[in-house]
Amino acid sequence: MLRLSGVSKSYGKQTVLHPTDLSADAGTTRVLIGPSGCGKSTLLRLIIGLIVPDTGTVLFEDQQMTGDKVVELRRRMGYVIQDGGLFPHLTAERNATLMARYLGWDENRVSKRLSELTDLTHLPADSLSRYPAQLSGGQQQRVSLMRALMLDPELLLLDEPLGALDPMIRAELQSDLREIFQSLGKTVVMVTHDIGEAAYFADNIDLMRGGRIVQSGTLAELVHQPADDFVTSFINAQRSPLESALGDVS
Amino acid sequence: MKTAAFCVLTLAAAGIASAQTPEAVQIRVGSKLFTESVILGEIVVHLARQQGAVVEHRDQLGGTQVLWKALISGELDVYPDYTGTIAEETLAGLDLPDDDAIREALAEYSVLMAGPLGFNNTYAIGMQKDVAAELGITKISDLRKHPDLAFGFGTEFMEREDGWPNLSAAYKLTQANVRGMEHELTYRGLDSGAIQAMDLYSTDAEIGYYDLLVLDDDLTFFPKYNAVYLYRADLAERAPGLVQDLHRLEGRIPESTMIAMNGQSKLEQVPDTVVAARFVQETFGIETSVKTETRFDRLLKHTREHLFLVSLSVIAAVCLAVPLGVLAAKSRLAGQAILSTVGILQTIPSLALFVVLIPLLGIGPAPAICALFLYSLLPIVRNTYTGLHDIPPQIHESAEALGLPAAARVRLIELPLASRSILAGIKTAVVINVGTATLGGFIGAGGYGQPIFKGIRLDRTDFLLEGAIPAAVMALLAQGVFELAERRLVPRGLRLKPSA
Repeated sequence: MLRLSGVSKSYGKQTVLHPTDLSADAGTTRVLIGPSGCGKSTLLRLIIGLIVPDTGTVLFEDQQMTGDKVVELRRRMGYVIQDGGLFPHLTAERNATLMARYLGWDENRVSKRLSELTDLTHLPADSLSRYPAQLSGGQQQRVSLMRALMLDPELLLLDEPLGALDPMIRAELQSDLREIFQSLGKTVVMVTHDIGEAAYFADNIDLMRGGRIVQSGTLAELVHQPADDFVTSFINAQRSPLESALGDVS
Repeated sequence: MKTAAFCVLTLAAAGIASAQTPEAVQIRVGSKLFTESVILGEIVVHLARQQGAVVEHRDQLGGTQVLWKALISGELDVYPDYTGTIAEETLAGLDLPDDDAIREALAEYSVLMAGPLGFNNTYAIGMQKDVAAELGITKISDLRKHPDLAFGFGTEFMEREDGWPNLSAAYKLTQANVRGMEHELTYRGLDSGAIQAMDLYSTDAEIGYYDLLVLDDDLTFFPKYNAVYLYRADLAERAPGLVQDLHRLEGRIPESTMIAMNGQSKLEQVPDTVVAARFVQETFGIETSVKTETRFDRLLKHTREHLFLVSLSVIAAVCLAVPLGVLAAKSRLAGQAILSTVGILQTIPSLALFVVLIPLLGIGPAPAICALFLYSLLPIVRNTYTGLHDIPPQIHESAEALGLPAAARVRLIELPLASRSILAGIKTAVVINVGTATLGGFIGAGGYGQPIFKGIRLDRTDFLLEGAIPAAVMALLAQGVFELAERRLVPRGLRLKPSA
């Protein structure tokens, strides 16, 4: 359903993404992970057409993401970013329903879909009439997810959706998100820098560094058959603080 | 917006009312921004009204060029002037040794001259008597011995061919401390000692009042400034009676009469129209009716005119500047071109802009509105641009990622988010325009500039305040209106403080 072939991107002399292939089958969840500046967000923006690749092609449902088709195809994708990207001048409800109203959905259809999504994302009903500035970070992300899902897209793209949340809310939203992914059966491409989160969501993890995918596989493969030393050190960097602390306790 | 619409309607209604007698001849009289000119203009007003014409007096216009251009283009029918001014300034560059040569040159423009009226209001240099005595100065060439003196001259005198540049050359004067200022203010400068010498008109009422010494023009530098009327040649057909009257005035206003009339207006505070009416009655034995407006009538009229100038210019500016601001924010190249163009417009001095616009738009409200419109562009364009530019990139990305087309993004997301900034730009434009619109008084646009310039001309604080106070009040009210508008127009979500 999604196929990237040889896509690359440079800004001036700086290459942020070397020619890369990536594909996702319908109903699977792929997680892109890696340190800051590794090109994982760039890859996501290339998929939704916010950036045009220097080389290569992006195929979505066998259609190329170029020119006039981009606007249409985007409506079949949902996109959620770290701090929600909610429009501050619109209420939560208006944020979520903006696109549906723009496309001329009637009120019944809009409110039916809205209540489905409110249930799905566990957003408190009284939050709908609030403005983004009046919502907590977790609520903002739930609204952002509602907005992304409003048109029932086939593909969901999430760029560090939980990155700005504190650990408790993050854990709660993580389990809610996984439940949603599983119940909807959508294709998901998610960016994170947290290996635990990646393993929690992913069927397949792509570890990136310096604009390339270093290794692609399950967490077990990354741990036991690392492609190089970087893979091992990236995983150890996140696992050692807690384990060494636990070691001191016991 | 409602006020503006109301204002436009009121003016349209006023326009219909004034056009109800189409068979009457329309006469438009002009005069310059000093009392003598206004009185001479009022005399024509009374005479024309006597002939049954519908008369409009565009009084206290700023500068000879404004009047001349308006006369040529048919915006004015007649105005008083001086032969020296015509020869040295209006028709500068031609060799015009006498009145016949002037008449011949004017005929090229289909302009005729009635006069001389009987007095010579020439330029002169004046000082306070005691100061002059102390320094031993009696004639202009004596000034050469005192290079440290400070001079204050009317702005026209600073630039005219028969003004300071050539006067200083002819008399070899080397004073460096020479300031250009409004003529009526130079008297006060002289009185307070800020300056020691100034340019005078020899019929100024203040010469006696301030007890000034008129320095002897020992090199006979200054040309003759015989008062005359200039009128359009077609006036002879449209109002033959009035043209006869203008010529009957030849030789009827000696210097003493003019000084007396100037004195009545400026020192005894008799309204100019009454001074003129008295003269017409004494000279021609004609009783004329004098229409007196109450202060409240005038305030109402000036407020209406001022609102009209400001509202129309700002509404037009919003219609152009907001799209320009959007374009500037969207394209770097267009942005640079647009921002620098509106920036340059802002640097054109308003009086210069008015004069440039007169050949295109005539005198009155049109060039003033056009100038105010041009000045309003910068704050609105800049604030629209800034408002759009300051929208965080993730908001832009979210809007784009949703699949909203570019035009819908501007309408639904970007303009609402920039609304506070845009509104602030419009507010700035309105407040600046309320002030700048007073300069419209120079070109007959009406508004609060009218009483302000009258106050300066007559040295009357009450007239000055009659324009200055309402202008300040209007600026404050505009501020208030915009603060209310902000509450209505800026989306509520943007006025909230983040809860977390």
